Amino acid sequence: MSTQPWVEKYRPKNVSEVAYQEEVVNTLTRALETANLPHLLFYGPPGTGKTSTALAIARQLYGPELMKSRVLELNASDERGIHVVREKVKAFAATAVGAPVPGYPCPPYKLLILDEADSMTQDAQNALRRTMETYSRVTRFVFICNYVSRIIEPLASRCAKFRFKPLQPAIMAGRIEHICERESVTLGPGALDTLSAVSGGDLRRAINTLQSAARLGGGHVDRATLLDVSGQVAPEVVSSLAAACRATGAAGRFGALQKQVQNIIAEGYAAQQVLLQLQAELLSGADGGSDLRLCGALEALAGADYSLVVGADEALQLLNVTGQVHAALAAA
Amino acid sequence: MPLWVDKYRPNSFDKFVVHKDIADNLKKLVATGDFPHTLFYGPPGAGKKTLVMALLRAIYGAGVEKVRVETKPWKIDLPSRKLEVELTTLSSNHHLELNPADVGSNDRYVVQEIIKEMARSRPMGADGSRGFKVLVLNEVDRLSKEAQQGLRRTMEKYSSACRLIMVCSNVSKVMEPVRSRCLCVRVAAPSDAQVMEVLQGVAKKENLVLPEAFAARVVDYAGRNLRRALLCLEVCRAQQYPFGDSQEPQRADWELYIAEVAKNIMDEQSPKQLYLVRSKLYELLANCVPPELIMRQLTFELLKRMDDEIKLETVSYAAQFEQRLQEGAKAIFHLEAFVARVMSNVKTYLVSCGLA
Repeated sequence: MSTQPWVEKYRPKNVSEVAYQEEVVNTLTRALETANLPHLLFYGPPGTGKTSTALAIARQLYGPELMKSRVLELNASDERGIHVVREKVKAFAATAVGAPVPGYPCPPYKLLILDEADSMTQDAQNALRRTMETYSRVTRFVFICNYVSRIIEPLASRCAKFRFKPLQPAIMAGRIEHICERESVTLGPGALDTLSAVSGGDLRRAINTLQSAARLGGGHVDRATLLDVSGQVAPEVVSSLAAACRATGAAGRFGALQKQVQNIIAEGYAAQQVLLQLQAELLSGADGGSDLRLCGALEALAGADYSLVVGADEALQLLNVTGQVHAALAAA
Repeated sequence: MPLWVDKYRPNSFDKFVVHKDIADNLKKLVATGDFPHTLFYGPPGAGKKTLVMALLRAIYGAGVEKVRVETKPWKIDLPSRKLEVELTTLSSNHHLELNPADVGSNDRYVVQEIIKEMARSRPMGADGSRGFKVLVLNEVDRLSKEAQQGLRRTMEKYSSACRLIMVCSNVSKVMEPVRSRCLCVRVAAPSDAQVMEVLQGVAKKENLVLPEAFAARVVDYAGRNLRRALLCLEVCRAQQYPFGDSQEPQRADWELYIAEVAKNIMDEQSPKQLYLVRSKLYELLANCVPPELIMRQLTFELLKRMDDEIKLETVSYAAQFEQRLQEGAKAIFHLEAFVARVMSNVKTYLVSCGLA
């Protein structure tokens, strides 16, 4: 089995192949026909096709060969402080374009793709403002980000904005089945549903999970392997924890909670994942209790999540949060 | 003579007793002689390192067991300055193992430099195959955020020359982009029954008679940690053999000491007692017991000794002060604050019950 990641292998080659983002695709296809592109700003949750679209545009405009000289892609792992914007970006933006190659539109401008632009500092973004305008004759900018609010207004107003939405399960299932067919992977019962539940509209995550599971299972993917490689906690574990949180009387004693938590820690599950799934479980199983009680529980979950991020101990936090949730739910 | 933990460590996938399923899957995975970046996570003593070593052996054969320890200075040129770090690594001809957390805040440069270095000295097999080395990173959960950011791109760029195997116990601290580039393998702690099975297997090979009741106590003491169980069994063997039915597994000194601290707290709640406890906490810290371990162990010891009514509050305090301990600079403040809080709480509770 080839080690090339499937997300790269099955990245759409044309803008029209991008799944589920009809409005974006239609507008861009029309723009591509005239080969006249404004500056672009793509935003939306991870794994919805933003980078793929940007790369597909580049490929359609220049073809694989010319792409190397006409396109510069910078993402968050590259150094991207203000001095890089001033030197590297400016140098690239300022150079004139070379000769076109036949067979592609090759408009007389270059493409500068700034991936994960929301992690750029304010200063770096500010330094771009004038650069964008000065060199707009020879360079088009594409900003890609998750949170449009983190892009400073002056930059956003210079771009045409496109929102990418999370993929629907049916669309995702279509893509997954296509890949399975090509890679001759067989799916076990319920695997497809589990995959869309695990990924929550993030196609990259779904494909990565699928590939890991296929590697482990040797070409066959079933539900349990998927849950394991995605780091999800088994639903049974979460529902029994939620039941312990709701229990009253002898079953709701602190000792019972402690036992559950110690079991979860020993099983090696990630505490943050447990919190996430516990929250979903509590919200889905609204047991006729008043909403106010649930508020207290959710607040406790939020506090624990913060503590975990700053590096607190998993066992203590988890034990505390389940205790708090239990107390909140038991309150009159 | 090697310790039993090392002596009976399975070195090939076929010999695994626990995690048979993971071993089988990994065996299928490396059957082609290649594997993706991998991340093993799970609690201590669950068998993560054992799986890693078996994996390396399955790829490279016995050569990986001939390891040498090297301490060498790494010179790294940064745009702004020159950096020199001393680093201890464990390496064979095929792999290199290190604890990136040892380097402190310079870890991002060190990890990248080592990966680049490995890529430069790429081994060439006679048949041109197996052109990659393996870098084993222990405790990646202690790797700084910047180092993890740096890994994202490095992992992809050098993936043909170097494979990463990462090991950690707290997977929440490994960021999502790194996790999604790896094959994540969850290594759960072995169940009590499995620990028992291993203990009996070892006892048989050592020609020991292992009474059921005694073995059960060792299993209980180990708390699903296989390493602890085997070490404990070996200590007990050295202490008294044949095993007595009533023989208690020897607990570690620091555990006994913390249990004593918990007892002190529950016995009397007064400034004088706090002073006594304080000196004991200092003693523990001076002997290099990690403060978060003290906090956790102390909390569980306290929970054993108190009424249900005040357990939740105690755990809340523990969670709160443990977090501050992580963020703060000096551990003793937070440990002491926790003890004082618990004492005051216990006292209030006892007064309200009319017991004090």
